[in-house]
Amino acid sequence: MLGEGILKGLAETAKNFAGSFVSEERLTTVEYPEQRLPQIENTRDFPFLVYDGEDAMAGLRCVSCQICEKECPPKCIYIVKSTDKKPDYVGKAQFYPTRFDIDISVCMSCQICVEVCPFDAIKMDTEFELSTSDRFGGLILDKHKLAKSNSYYQKIHPTEAAEVDGRLEEEKQKLEAKAKAAAEAAAAKAAADAAAKAAATTPEAQP
Amino acid sequence: MSPNPAWSRTLDQIFVLLQHRIADLFPPLLQPWVAMILGVVGIVAVFPAIFALTTVLERKGLGRMQNRLGPNRVGPFGILQPIADAIKSLTKEDIVPRSADAVVHYLAPVVLVVAIFLGYAVLPVGRNMQLLNIDAGILFFFAIGASTELSIFMAGWSSRNKYSLLGAMRAVAQMISYEVPLLLSAVVAIMMTGSLNPSRIVEAQGGFTGILPHWYVFTPWGFAGFVLFVIAALAETNRSPFDLPEGESELVAGYFTEYSGFKFALFFLGEYLGMMSIAGYGITLFLGGWGAPLSVLAFLPSWLWFFGKLFLAIFFFIWLRGTLPRLRQDQLMNFAWKFMLPMSLLDLFVAALWRFLGEWLGAGLGTEVVRWLVCGLLLAVTYVLFARVMLKRQKISPRSYRYAE
Repeated sequence: MLGEGILKGLAETAKNFAGSFVSEERLTTVEYPEQRLPQIENTRDFPFLVYDGEDAMAGLRCVSCQICEKECPPKCIYIVKSTDKKPDYVGKAQFYPTRFDIDISVCMSCQICVEVCPFDAIKMDTEFELSTSDRFGGLILDKHKLAKSNSYYQKIHPTEAAEVDGRLEEEKQKLEAKAKAAAEAAAAKAAADAAAKAAATTPEAQP
Repeated sequence: MSPNPAWSRTLDQIFVLLQHRIADLFPPLLQPWVAMILGVVGIVAVFPAIFALTTVLERKGLGRMQNRLGPNRVGPFGILQPIADAIKSLTKEDIVPRSADAVVHYLAPVVLVVAIFLGYAVLPVGRNMQLLNIDAGILFFFAIGASTELSIFMAGWSSRNKYSLLGAMRAVAQMISYEVPLLLSAVVAIMMTGSLNPSRIVEAQGGFTGILPHWYVFTPWGFAGFVLFVIAALAETNRSPFDLPEGESELVAGYFTEYSGFKFALFFLGEYLGMMSIAGYGITLFLGGWGAPLSVLAFLPSWLWFFGKLFLAIFFFIWLRGTLPRLRQDQLMNFAWKFMLPMSLLDLFVAALWRFLGEWLGAGLGTEVVRWLVCGLLLAVTYVLFARVMLKRQKISPRSYRYAE
């Protein structure tokens, strides 16, 4: 019958209209600034720089290799490499970025910078309340704004951070083991050399 | 009908008395002018205020129908939202496209709002509350209402934008097509009253049988006419489900794509005022105008009934908007010419039959029964037949593409 569907539809919307006053479960929307949904772990928007330790600028993992800058599809990363080397958080002398800017008005959140970084220095953030009244300067984040601690990273992406930390720890241990082995080998060699030398210089001491 | 107590009559006429009291302060030569200006000010103040209230109620109502809360940030329960919207639209930049016809572009929203306000001049919003009591009131309203098409086409043409022009052409095609059933469905009420004067039409529906009123909607021809009038009014005011001229999904915003700032707000105002005025005339023609729905409630002031009915009509329009999807252009035109027009013509015939059956058979209960049966059956059977034909035409099959494979 013509018009039957319209009446059914009207009944349905009337039910919704009346029901929304009666049952709270019908209202599925979240009152955003007051209520927030928990973010899912894979949330990502813009990159940030990870640092270890307490001092952000001293602990930056970034060694200014500029791979991310070259790989970035929309070219939103700008890096100036330092001319000198500074000790990083483990004490090894490294280059560091004198400037590291990301224009988040250009960034497309593709995460390619994160994937190409060999030092696990750049990761994706979940902070989304970034509105500003300055649409040019306010949307370019410098290295001071980008630097966030490893503990923050562990907080926003726990699984991923644990995996990264485990890998870094493993590498560190490997390096240490290697260094230890090298040191031992050097010590053993030195000892052997010393022994040989001693044997050569004092043949008469032999019975 | 029992005469109302004095306080009720005073309350009923309170605005008229106020108008006279203020006009009396002026010299006699100026008095008619002052009274007229006061009436105009009343209309220009009250209806935009209702418009402001409608925008927020519409957003809240639609929200509730979609299980949302709707605006609730500005003021208690978001009731001050229209003020925020007004400030926003007033302070926004007014952009005129470089290749637009600047004069016509500027004039279009003004012409629209003026034409729609003129329609209120003959609308009786209460007993003796009609700005201009002219005999051809209904004719005046429809003539003025038809001129809104001009301003819509002015807007679409002067913007020099394909979406604007397409939207305007759709709007004009739609409005002209639905003008015909709108007028023909209104004619039944005029025919039965024998007058084009809105006040006379309201008075003709003023009596009561028992406690039930003599509204035209409570007759077979009146009911059919009312339904046809509502459908045609929806199309005439470009309301959902007939909002093709501004279909966001295909035409950006239709004929007001190139309007911004306060000119856009004027179009918005014009659209809602048009909706309210056509609802007001629908109420006048079929729902007894400012008359009370039950004889025992007749002590309440007439303007209260009119605005109560107006709010109900607006709520119904919002309800429809929350329910129905938009029509396609061919469905729209088919519906106008193949269903609305024949039905409204039949309704004219049925109204004539009703009238002459009453004359031939003489007054009495038997006459009433015969009239109801004959007229009701005639309309119902035709409706069912039309419905069968219209639904049979639909062949639902998998969509086939001629070029894109």
